[in-house]
Amino acid sequence: MAEKNTNPDAAALSQAEIDAEIAAIHGEYRAQRDAGGQVETNARLNFPPYRSSLLRHPTKSLHHADPEDIELYSPAFGHRDVSPLEADLTIQHNGEPIGERIIVTGRVIDGDGRAVAGQLVEMWQANAAGRYMHKRDQHPAPLDPNFTGVGRTLTGPNGEYSFTTIKPAPYPWKNHNNAWRSAHIHFSLFGTDFTQRIVTQMYFPGDPIFALDPIYQSITDQAARDRLVATYDHSVSQHEWNTGYRWDIVLSGSNRTWAEQEEEH
Amino acid sequence: MRLTPTPAQTVGPFFGYALPYAGGEALVDRSHPGAVRLHGTVYDGDGVPVPDALLEIWQPDEHGGISQQPGSLHRDGYTFTGWGRAAVDGVGHYSFTTVEPGSTGDGVAPYFLVTVFARGLMDRLFTRAYLPADPSTLEQDRLLSSVPADRRQTLIATREPDGSLGFDIHFQGAQETVFLTYPNTPQFTGPVE
Repeated sequence: MAEKNTNPDAAALSQAEIDAEIAAIHGEYRAQRDAGGQVETNARLNFPPYRSSLLRHPTKSLHHADPEDIELYSPAFGHRDVSPLEADLTIQHNGEPIGERIIVTGRVIDGDGRAVAGQLVEMWQANAAGRYMHKRDQHPAPLDPNFTGVGRTLTGPNGEYSFTTIKPAPYPWKNHNNAWRSAHIHFSLFGTDFTQRIVTQMYFPGDPIFALDPIYQSITDQAARDRLVATYDHSVSQHEWNTGYRWDIVLSGSNRTWAEQEEEH
Repeated sequence: MRLTPTPAQTVGPFFGYALPYAGGEALVDRSHPGAVRLHGTVYDGDGVPVPDALLEIWQPDEHGGISQQPGSLHRDGYTFTGWGRAAVDGVGHYSFTTVEPGSTGDGVAPYFLVTVFARGLMDRLFTRAYLPADPSTLEQDRLLSSVPADRRQTLIATREPDGSLGFDIHFQGAQETVFLTYPNTPQFTGPVE
């Protein structure tokens, strides 16, 4: 077999060739899972159909560490760090951004079901035409002078967050020929332990590009992939104003031994 | 109750206008009497610098104290929050200005906790940058002593002639950095050696 082209911008293969690579990996995964193997709840670091992963994944097993003091805590954020206005991406400029106004809301909880309160949630995204406000994004779609696509907020007492933004569009990339990313919003989250730190992406229900997108498909398990897809929630939609999506985020379990009084509130 | 965590996805190439912020790389001012530079380059499997990686560090202060003070995103110039974020430049180089962490307990060699994000990297990688110290201190450390001897050096920063601390990250290759995984934080590498 010819050596894989590791240039992530080569756009060398067709969609059909990438689809076949994804199908082969998913098929092997399902077979080993059905035979009683491990259920993979996360993306694979080494997922060859996503070409940029080829030279950037560890080739050796990750080394087990028991968290020590610093790893059992997380940095603290407050309203010194984040203005409440930063959760509304549609009011950052002098005019109205173009596109479908949406609210994305949900809860951040940890693997033990505890609300992750008072923690920083950062998000960023492309605009309604599928272009990022980033000088290296040279995809020929219009920039929106009234939309930067960056938001921040702090989770509330029950771990809740809410952003008002514009629905992003799919956009092309050079992973393979005619490669398109499913529309998505990037999220960056902290937990109560630093080991809970995560960056991920939220997707929109019913996207026709899901099956074609090697980044989304780098999660080999369908149930795990479904965890990244928000739900349309009409109770979040508002008359004459916005449509609404709900997406809950589960961080890993805490490694800290919690004192009783901390569990009560 | 046990809930399955939400999967991670890559930070992508276009985080540069969203995550880095003014002062993110400076945990203390350069004029701080204990200021030290922690810097290095992120390399891919071909040994080529990665121009779209982002690093975060999280550390105790000089005395081993863990800060729980807010202010990590808006530096006031006085509060040590223990946390920093820096994107690499166009040639894969990052740089933090900070203080050397103190030990948090007996037998624990002092280290910076380092988190790496990059395009192509589906989930963040954790590692530690230990301060270079006398070998007996490092040998006693619980984590370092559990790492095969021939890979231990990838976790120890180098004292540069100018007094700064050098710490390169290698995703792959002969000098592949030891990356860490913790209980409760599932990560799937795919096929490995």
